[in-house]
Amino acid sequence: MVDESKASQSSDSLKPDAAGAESGPGTPQTADAPGVPTAKPVAPAKPAATKTPVPVQVPLDNELSRRYRERFGAGILDALEDRKQPYLVIDAAKLAEIGRYSRDEEKFELLEDFTAVDWPRREKRFDLIAILYSFTHNTRLRLKIPLAEGEQAASLVEIWPTANWLEREIFDLFGIVFAGHPNLRRILLPDEWQGHPLRKDYDILQQDTPWVRENLGIESGQ
Amino acid sequence: MPGGVGNTLHEDATQTSKTLLGADELVLNMGPQHPSTHGVLRVKLKLDGERVRGTECVIGYLHRGVEKIAEHRTYQQFAPYVDRMDYVAAVSNGLGYCETVEKLLSAEAPPRARVIRTILTELQRIASHLLWLGTHALDIGALTPLFYCMREREEILKIFEKYCGARLTTHAFRIGGLQYEAYDLFEKDVERFCKDFERRIQEYVDLLTGNSIWIGRTRNVGVLSAEDCIALGASGPVLRASGVKWDLRKAMPYAAYDQYQFEIPVGTRGDTYDRYIVRMEEMRQSRLICLQAIENIPPGAILARVGKVLKPPPGEIYHSIESPKGILGYYIVSDGTIQPYRVRIRPPSFVNLQALDKMARGHLVSDVVAIIGTIDIVLGEVDR
Repeated sequence: MVDESKASQSSDSLKPDAAGAESGPGTPQTADAPGVPTAKPVAPAKPAATKTPVPVQVPLDNELSRRYRERFGAGILDALEDRKQPYLVIDAAKLAEIGRYSRDEEKFELLEDFTAVDWPRREKRFDLIAILYSFTHNTRLRLKIPLAEGEQAASLVEIWPTANWLEREIFDLFGIVFAGHPNLRRILLPDEWQGHPLRKDYDILQQDTPWVRENLGIESGQ
Repeated sequence: MPGGVGNTLHEDATQTSKTLLGADELVLNMGPQHPSTHGVLRVKLKLDGERVRGTECVIGYLHRGVEKIAEHRTYQQFAPYVDRMDYVAAVSNGLGYCETVEKLLSAEAPPRARVIRTILTELQRIASHLLWLGTHALDIGALTPLFYCMREREEILKIFEKYCGARLTTHAFRIGGLQYEAYDLFEKDVERFCKDFERRIQEYVDLLTGNSIWIGRTRNVGVLSAEDCIALGASGPVLRASGVKWDLRKAMPYAAYDQYQFEIPVGTRGDTYDRYIVRMEEMRQSRLICLQAIENIPPGAILARVGKVLKPPPGEIYHSIESPKGILGYYIVSDGTIQPYRVRIRPPSFVNLQALDKMARGHLVSDVVAIIGTIDIVLGEVDR
């Protein structure tokens, strides 16, 4: 359905303005405190709202973020709020520790979702996104974990068993490896499939042609 | 075929019988072509006689790469795609998606649209539960309820058809509200259905609730404790049947749910029978919500001014709703262009299905059929 020109055009549009170490919305490249988070060119890119250009990402400074900062110090790279939804950017090395603390002390009993976003132009290419929910306080918190290509993340299966399939899905579609996962295999795609489709450099028309030829007996799945 | 074709399974089988399992154990494939798996789900059962010692789900047969497609569509273009995930509850999928994009735009649907959305979504919940009840009972051997359930579901689908022209993949909502005004006799139709439905539910109750075969097949089958549910992320009726009184419609109200009175039914034992009771009661509650809502549908616009070209400010949003099957969440990242940078869909069926292993261990093969049915999965949503 999508012709080549459209596909390449849209992959152009994934340039997050500046090249190099520039980042996606609200993810800092340095731990440079609240002051100016990477909420950068929000104002110019706001055609929809004609009124006061309110930045959508604002620094978060509440009880919760202070507790996390106190406890983990430099492990919390940033605390932000996007459209009233709080999130913490955390150091991948502290993921398991922060996860355990979140569940036991902050009572985020449910790992509602665990996923990833690919920012190919950024120094740390991936963001893991963990969405936590607390039955006790009826609140949500997002953890964002920047991860470089090839870098492994600690598995959260020990803390939230629901992470099992969610991590397998991330591994399947993004190729991120979770250290300590009990059964890290592809889940949606065939075991022998080559490539990770949700990466931005995997074109929408791309497929594992040898696999398709061998297993389906056709030239192309399109 | 995902999960490898024949030979992979064979290797697995020999491997497991040598290591994990004793000599007498057997690996049996249930599905992907099996009438009680509700689609193309393959479950590898490790059996000791008729007892299940372990299960492994092989999924992905219906994987279409919905999340990848989303990155190559505009926000409006992607809306019909979500209907094709949980295709027996398309209206709920659409509600979740439209509300999430609205939040991303910091927009809100007008009150009239929110009420009509609520009515349609609750009707959809009843329709989804009816289909579940019919097929679940059929799987266990009760043939009759299926026809009754289909009869009532048909009435709901007729209302959908009159409203937007489609019965299954409805695309009933638009980002910012609704495209179509409710038709002339909309309230009358909903009211007639709801009035009638009370009597109809009683018919299912007469057929099943006190039926000793039904109780024998469902009581203490597939027990899941509240702790297990939360640890495994199981939500919706599965969670509530285990005694957790939690429903997103109450916990974090969306659409117009904060305006209506309804109860959250809960179970006590967390078994298949309790999940049946919970879903039956949920249908009654949905009916009550619909009756309250048609009493007072506010006048006014049905579509907020969101513009024809949607370019949400860069950033991200997560929003989830209580779909008939559990928490249906959308996580959308915008880079300020007309296409979403990333759309993640948190499907309730996918996460709930993970609990199958825990529920099925120690039961008989025939119970696995009941347990797959009681989780209420739709493979279109599991595989996306």
